[in-house]
Amino acid sequence: MQSEQQYIDLYNEAQGMIKQHSYDVLNKVRDKAFEDFKAQGFPTKKTERYKYTDIPKLFAPDYGLNLQRLEIPVSPYQSFKCDVPNLSTSLYFVVNDQFYTKQLPKAQLPEGVVVDSLSNAIQTHSEVIANHYAKLADTSKDGLTAFNTMLAQDGVFIYVPKGVKIDRTIQIVNILRSDVDLMVNRRVLIVVEEGAEVSMLFCDDSADDRNFLATQVIEAYVADNAKLELNCLEETHLKNVRISNVYIEQQRNSRVSHNVITLHNGTTRNTLDLVFRGEGSECFCNGCVIADRHQHIDNNTIINHAVGNCVSNQLYKYVLDDHAVGAFAGLIYVAKDAQKTLSHEVNQNLCAASTAHMYTQPMLEIYADDVQCDHGSTVGQLNDAALFYMQQRGIDKREAQLLLEFAFVNEVIDKMELVPLRDRLHHLVEKRFRGELDKCSCCKLCH
Amino acid sequence: MSENNNNEYVRKVAEQKYEFGFTTDVHTDIIPKGLNEDVVRLISQKKGEPEWLLDFRLKAFRHWQTMEMPKWPHLNLPEIDYQAISYYADPLAKKPKNKEIDPELEKTFDKLGIPLEERLALSGVAVDAIMDSVSVKTTFKKQLAEKGIIFCSIGEAVKEHPELVRQYLGTVVPYKDNFTAALNSAVFSDGSFVYIPKGVRCPMELSSYFRINAINTGQFERTLIIADDDSYVSYLEGCTAPMRDENQLHAAIVEIVVLANAEVKYSTVQNWYPGDENGKGGVLNLVTKRGDLRGVNSKLSWTQVETGSAITWKYPSCILRGDNSQAEFYSVAVTNNYQEADTGTKMIHLGKNTKSTIISKGISAGKSQNSYRGLVRVAPNADNARNYSSCDSLLLGSTCGAHTFPYMDVHNDSAIVEHEATTSKISEDQLFYCNQRGIPMEDAIGLIVNGYAKDVLNKLPMEFAVEAQKLLSVTLEGTVG
Repeated sequence: MQSEQQYIDLYNEAQGMIKQHSYDVLNKVRDKAFEDFKAQGFPTKKTERYKYTDIPKLFAPDYGLNLQRLEIPVSPYQSFKCDVPNLSTSLYFVVNDQFYTKQLPKAQLPEGVVVDSLSNAIQTHSEVIANHYAKLADTSKDGLTAFNTMLAQDGVFIYVPKGVKIDRTIQIVNILRSDVDLMVNRRVLIVVEEGAEVSMLFCDDSADDRNFLATQVIEAYVADNAKLELNCLEETHLKNVRISNVYIEQQRNSRVSHNVITLHNGTTRNTLDLVFRGEGSECFCNGCVIADRHQHIDNNTIINHAVGNCVSNQLYKYVLDDHAVGAFAGLIYVAKDAQKTLSHEVNQNLCAASTAHMYTQPMLEIYADDVQCDHGSTVGQLNDAALFYMQQRGIDKREAQLLLEFAFVNEVIDKMELVPLRDRLHHLVEKRFRGELDKCSCCKLCH
Repeated sequence: MSENNNNEYVRKVAEQKYEFGFTTDVHTDIIPKGLNEDVVRLISQKKGEPEWLLDFRLKAFRHWQTMEMPKWPHLNLPEIDYQAISYYADPLAKKPKNKEIDPELEKTFDKLGIPLEERLALSGVAVDAIMDSVSVKTTFKKQLAEKGIIFCSIGEAVKEHPELVRQYLGTVVPYKDNFTAALNSAVFSDGSFVYIPKGVRCPMELSSYFRINAINTGQFERTLIIADDDSYVSYLEGCTAPMRDENQLHAAIVEIVVLANAEVKYSTVQNWYPGDENGKGGVLNLVTKRGDLRGVNSKLSWTQVETGSAITWKYPSCILRGDNSQAEFYSVAVTNNYQEADTGTKMIHLGKNTKSTIISKGISAGKSQNSYRGLVRVAPNADNARNYSSCDSLLLGSTCGAHTFPYMDVHNDSAIVEHEATTSKISEDQLFYCNQRGIPMEDAIGLIVNGYAKDVLNKLPMEFAVEAQKLLSVTLEGTVG
């Protein structure tokens, strides 16, 4: 309990300040979250879902927290330009855990759509927020969610009203910027009403070479016939720790695609809890990881088929080199009477060095009989015959390896729906494999 | 046998439900219930054991007291009162004069289809018959001894070959390994001991038959198999128990040591009493089975057909220590009514160029829960390790569950590890096709299930394969609907 204690003490001492710089909706659940956190602590390696990542160790160092919500003197619109060519997005920034509210590109959004900080949106959408905030993300079931709920002081709110289809992708760039080691607790609430459609891109970048720890809880509610595309792209540095818990709830005939791409990071833990509440829904969850040096990436998913007639697809691919550690655990849960479920899960991994470690654990838990569920998982290397074939045709070995690695990863990238994002990723992945890390031409983040 | 006769037989067997649920009325010397150091000493004393073995038991017992039953399996394991069990039951304590074995016991084993008279026995199978805590008889010992093969109960081996037992006992499954292993190490009673000397190919199948008879007892057998360099042995294991309303505990350990170029095949047809259709009673089968492939080019193959037991919790495992060693695991686990199974295997690749194959078929029916749980671990030095796993589950009925929990830990870049699993119900097209050709529903299901399990059943020795096929049909009786 050593790691926990410093945060329990902190909350006991500073809860007044935390609440003062936060808002009612968030404060309402804060004390319960604190109790839940005290009861559970951080999940340890003995917790089945967290056995591949040592969470208490990640929280042990002394991080600074911006509890007084001091403004960071930075203008992201002028400093950063992490855009995707050919993809015009509605661009927003979250600096540390504060939504950057100045110069909001409001005009680009259809009427009724809200992309704002929770604190601003409470004034206009208090009911929606109160009905959804911290409802899916159950603090009694996960110590990290409880931790985030206990300390989160503000967040991003995205609301797409009934029937509204947004053409332009909403891009939110999370920037970590600090002169001291810093912990941030981000919070995102997404509500997509009936028949609405939205695609989103979250980019994680770190601007300073400091130790950052970012926890993040995303709750997404997708109503009947609605469509949500949620892309998360991480390009941070080795000292960065990212812990992301994503909760998604799907109602009838809804469609969700959730893509997580980790191109560069320190230690990353991504949890996805997706639940089908209405029949006829489908989800596509894809993950792509490229890691080397001492990077650590742990993707953990639970797809809960609580009702029948839903389809889930998962494809996760890892390329590991040097001392990288990769883990994937995916559980497909089919409840009793969730008949006619189709579920498909694939995890494929390439280990390019003898010191890289891969843990994979695809799981099925099935209580209904009229279902078709399968999972497959492989760990291996590039095909020698293919390498030889290419070399024989005059392609040098390194190039041949790169080509095969692209081909391996491209299978995931090609499943993404945003074509410009796909192109951009092809480009980034190629650069990543060639060792030109974080060097995009126009962005200040990269220089 | 024609197809018709075969079906007739299956139906007959099915009507009897659990065929082996009778009890034998034989005087059994049972020590009082409860577990403490004195009980451990008493068991050791009754078996006339040397000091070192008593020490081993006591160490295990003391360690067991510090442990707790794990909660992680996907099972509703009832609370076991370890003080309400008697840890030693000896049906041989009072045998009639001039007789080697009590005729009642002989009759029992005849009824189970295990004749203890060598002339009656199937030629080519030597049997070690064990009831409760003691070995009743081991057949064909002489013929085997001529080749230098030692096949006897472990109690006898402790007396006659103490150096071998001492060298290998607890080296594959140490007493600290897990909760039930510690318990077994403290109170174990008879099991089989097999030693195949260098270069010997065992001329017949060796087999153990385990029977629980006495009430309120547990069975804690311990089996140790050592295959010396260049040897071969095929070993079969069968088991049954009477029908009782309360759960009976069976916590066994099987240790197998495979030395250079040796090969061991271990087959189990597990048919402990599964409890009645309401989930009352039945055997709790909590077993630690492990093989250590110590030598180069060694081979070990586990084949199991699990149809019995209220609860089955076991992972027959292989440690592939020797270079070029190969391990296989074939399993069919059937659960019906309220049965629960959490079973699978562990393949630990340590040596270079090691290979393992896992084929697991789960079939769940009624209100049962059937889980596959398996680990494939490739250690950093296990270059060129290769694993293929395939786990399929078949669901019969909407009230049962089928689960798959595979773990793969790969720490070497030259390893190739593959896993695939599917879960589905019997295809309606296949059933329709059979029906259309005049095969009734029940037979069609039997046919399809047997076909589904064929990959595994084919790996069983002849005598067992027939038995296992019938068992499958019987266990699934009445699941149509």
